Amino acid sequence: MLGKLSLSAIPLHDAIIMGAVYGSLVLAVIIIALLTWFRKWSFLWNEWLTSLDHKKIGIMYMILASIMLLRGFSDAMLMRSQQALAAGANPGFLQPPHFDQIFGSHGTIMIVFVLMPFLVGLMNIIIPQQIGARDVAFPLMNSISLGLTIAGAFLVMISLGVGQFTTAGWSGIAPLFEKQFNPSTGVDYWMWAIQISGVGSTLTAINFLVTIIKMRAPGLTFMRLPLFVWTALTTNVLIVLSFPVLTAALFLLTLDRYLGMHFYTNDLGGNMMLWNNLFWMWGHPEVYILILPAFGVFSEVVATFSRKKLFGYKSLVYATVAIMFLSFTVWLHHFFTMGNTPAVNVFFSITTMLIAIPTGVKVYDWLFTMYRGRITFSVPMYWTMGFLTIFVLGGMTGVLLSIPPADFVFHNSVFLIAHFHNMLIPGALFGYFAGIQYWFPKAYGFRLDEKWGKRAFWGWFIGFLLAFIPLYILGFMGMPRRLSHYYNLEWQPLLIVALAGAVMILFGILCLIIQFIVSIKNRKANVDVTGDPWNGRTLEWATSSPPAEYNFAIIPNVHTLDEFWDRKERGIAYQRPEKYHDIRMPKNRPHGVIICALALTFGFAMVWYIWWLAALSIAGIIGTVIISAVTNETEYVIPAHEVQRIEEERFRALAAAQDSGNI
Amino acid sequence: MQNSMESTYPAEWHEADRLEIQMLGFWIYLMSDLVIFAILFATFIVLGQNYAGGPGPKQLFDLPYLFGETMLLLTSSVAYGFGMVAMQQEKKNAVLAGLGAAFLLGAGFVAMEIHEFYGMIMAGHGPSHSGFLSSFFALVGTHGTHVSFGLLWMAVMMIQLLIKGPTVVVRSRLMRLSLFWHFLDIVWVGVFTVVYLWQVL
Amino acid sequence: MEQTHIENTATEHVSYKNYITGFILAVVLTIISFGLVLTGIVPKQLAVTGLFVAAAAQIAVHLYYFLHLDSSLSQRWNLITIAFTALLLFIFIAGTIWIMHTLNTRMM
Repeated sequence: MLGKLSLSAIPLHDAIIMGAVYGSLVLAVIIIALLTWFRKWSFLWNEWLTSLDHKKIGIMYMILASIMLLRGFSDAMLMRSQQALAAGANPGFLQPPHFDQIFGSHGTIMIVFVLMPFLVGLMNIIIPQQIGARDVAFPLMNSISLGLTIAGAFLVMISLGVGQFTTAGWSGIAPLFEKQFNPSTGVDYWMWAIQISGVGSTLTAINFLVTIIKMRAPGLTFMRLPLFVWTALTTNVLIVLSFPVLTAALFLLTLDRYLGMHFYTNDLGGNMMLWNNLFWMWGHPEVYILILPAFGVFSEVVATFSRKKLFGYKSLVYATVAIMFLSFTVWLHHFFTMGNTPAVNVFFSITTMLIAIPTGVKVYDWLFTMYRGRITFSVPMYWTMGFLTIFVLGGMTGVLLSIPPADFVFHNSVFLIAHFHNMLIPGALFGYFAGIQYWFPKAYGFRLDEKWGKRAFWGWFIGFLLAFIPLYILGFMGMPRRLSHYYNLEWQPLLIVALAGAVMILFGILCLIIQFIVSIKNRKANVDVTGDPWNGRTLEWATSSPPAEYNFAIIPNVHTLDEFWDRKERGIAYQRPEKYHDIRMPKNRPHGVIICALALTFGFAMVWYIWWLAALSIAGIIGTVIISAVTNETEYVIPAHEVQRIEEERFRALAAAQDSGNI
Repeated sequence: MQNSMESTYPAEWHEADRLEIQMLGFWIYLMSDLVIFAILFATFIVLGQNYAGGPGPKQLFDLPYLFGETMLLLTSSVAYGFGMVAMQQEKKNAVLAGLGAAFLLGAGFVAMEIHEFYGMIMAGHGPSHSGFLSSFFALVGTHGTHVSFGLLWMAVMMIQLLIKGPTVVVRSRLMRLSLFWHFLDIVWVGVFTVVYLWQVL
Repeated sequence: MEQTHIENTATEHVSYKNYITGFILAVVLTIISFGLVLTGIVPKQLAVTGLFVAAAAQIAVHLYYFLHLDSSLSQRWNLITIAFTALLLFIFIAGTIWIMHTLNTRMM
């Protein structure tokens, strides 16, 4: 009836895990109680969960990412603490099987359930506004994508208390992850979590590609697009063409584990090395997916806060497209040590070195944008400058790693760990933090507290350096990755420093949380009246903060790059249109929530071999899709007079702000 | 004040209509599906000689049978195409006839394939017996599954056509199913060439 | 608004003749492919080449006659996306074959 599932799946013997489980349950109960006490369930359902508004869907992605960041960071603290203690005679406090699950969940969560939702969330909130559109191409599919991502996240979270997570790492190890060597639920949880959320990501990419290609405002040619849109465009090309590789690779593993086939097994004609090839054919484009939107954010921030147009717009566009293309040609550098011929290793070594060049071009473009600009050192600019100073270090270690003989020394050492965290934290994460600080006023109508924002930055900046520079050194000293215990006592001091770095980052995270609380308390004082708190250049700053559901009452006619800045210069930024029109917007629909629940049920059922439930869930998903196609009334009309009322209110607020000298 | 900037859009700009958007979206989805198939093809090429002491293509494949399957799928594609021409000419019954013929021919293809798989499995040459067999079943089976979903979609569309008539929405869906159906035949060209004919040589 | 621009995205040459021509070409190419293998009149290396050429030609026939893919404006984005995808498919497939084959040679 319940497959392999029984009460023994709950790891009652493990105090740390049970602590986390009880803590999560208590938190969940508190949230449910609060929602019930304040009678907010229908509000939650009507205003958020069933909304097809891209801005709200984007915010929900951001909330998911933030929560998962806390979970992923807890994993990091556990690992840093264990490694600081477990030297020589001291076994530390984490048994190897537990430690092994932690490094797997840390990687999976941070990449798939923190960075991906951050970048997809920002794209959701901002892209339609930056291209002068009212929504994305497929609003219902947008909601479904969110549901699939949340289902994947839930699977990872549930694995903590019911069963276990994978001990074969976030990137899988063949043939370790085959049923013969890993019969428990761990690998299956990991596999279904990234498979299900991967489908969501692919659908998102299709959605945004069509949106950017087909729904740009009149006059908005490609070479007038903001850089964030360019990076989103290239990122979505990467997603739509690389995620299916992951889908196929995981599908083959599913066949191996569930039907005893021989794709990655070490017998009967399987080929273990095929896994590495297929996984990294996705895995490399994936890391460029993670970073390119962050580069887009930095482009926007640097131009706005240097009060200057971007230096070398064309070169930035060409560099972005070059990175997009080259990222499909480097994947073997993740397994130089698998023992391929020199010809093969050298080919991929060269392509890897080549890809560093366009990124370098972008860094120079950003620096030249700042040069002779009138710089405002606001919080988004802090994150950007933190990126500019330390990201390049990681880039250089990347070029070092791209040389196969060197890589033979560093592969799977903590030098590698330091390199990719150097890319992902000061690169991607700082970019998404900058994006949050930059666009928060647009989403909510008030600015975030500057003081706590700067403190958060310093915590992360210093914390990152303390946590990861030691790992570069330890890599040179020969320390491998994923160690739950070690005998070389020389390593311990550096690992203690790394722990201090993690604590510093914890301080940074706490400052971010405090920043949110303080900002909400002081929101009236920090209100963004005009919709343009930073004196921005691009079209999203022309809407109100928060924007009306339809974004633009009249679709703007675009004449130039940085159209909004141009209009402000010419004094025509806020003009009353002569006539308003009816606007059709999509109605709320529950399919995203339903498919989320069904996909989660399906994944859970497959993990525990509850076949009848899995079959029912799949049938349910197919049924839901068919039913969604049969429904007729999917839009509602905002009448012209209502649009006028909303817009007039905004013009009044703008006039009041002007009078009181706020603009 | 005259808002002349907003009242006149450039002459060459047109607001992309729903059909354009849906067709491009579906096309891009098909591109992603092509990538999945490409990986299955690559996997087959890598593992395709790994017989693990068991039988290989020469022992297992029946080429005249394969030719029959191929013709069924091809004529199904053309029948669907005839249906689309009829749709252009607004002849609802001819559309239904085209769809119905495509459905039956496609179902014939699936039946033949299931029969082939069943035979192989019953003879002890199922997908768990070698890398070659695993990759064969995965690639050909995935294609067959796609065809089956296409048939389900086709059945739903025939019902919609009967109930709602050739509305704008129904026509748009039939056009997307058309893309799907023809793409499956393209993938099949790859399958019979790479998996069957090439391996038997 | 009911009469949308089906004509924009469909093509100019959607006719029965169109599909029949495509069908005949496809059947001929299929027979050539099967013939190369079943009759055995052509030496193996040449037969393999012929097989792939026939397959590529038939795919082109399907794309043009059934999917109406051409260089017209309404098909522009379809053409761009499929061209880029085709390039990537080549990288993925050729790359996988090259990598796995060379690894195999070092396993013997």
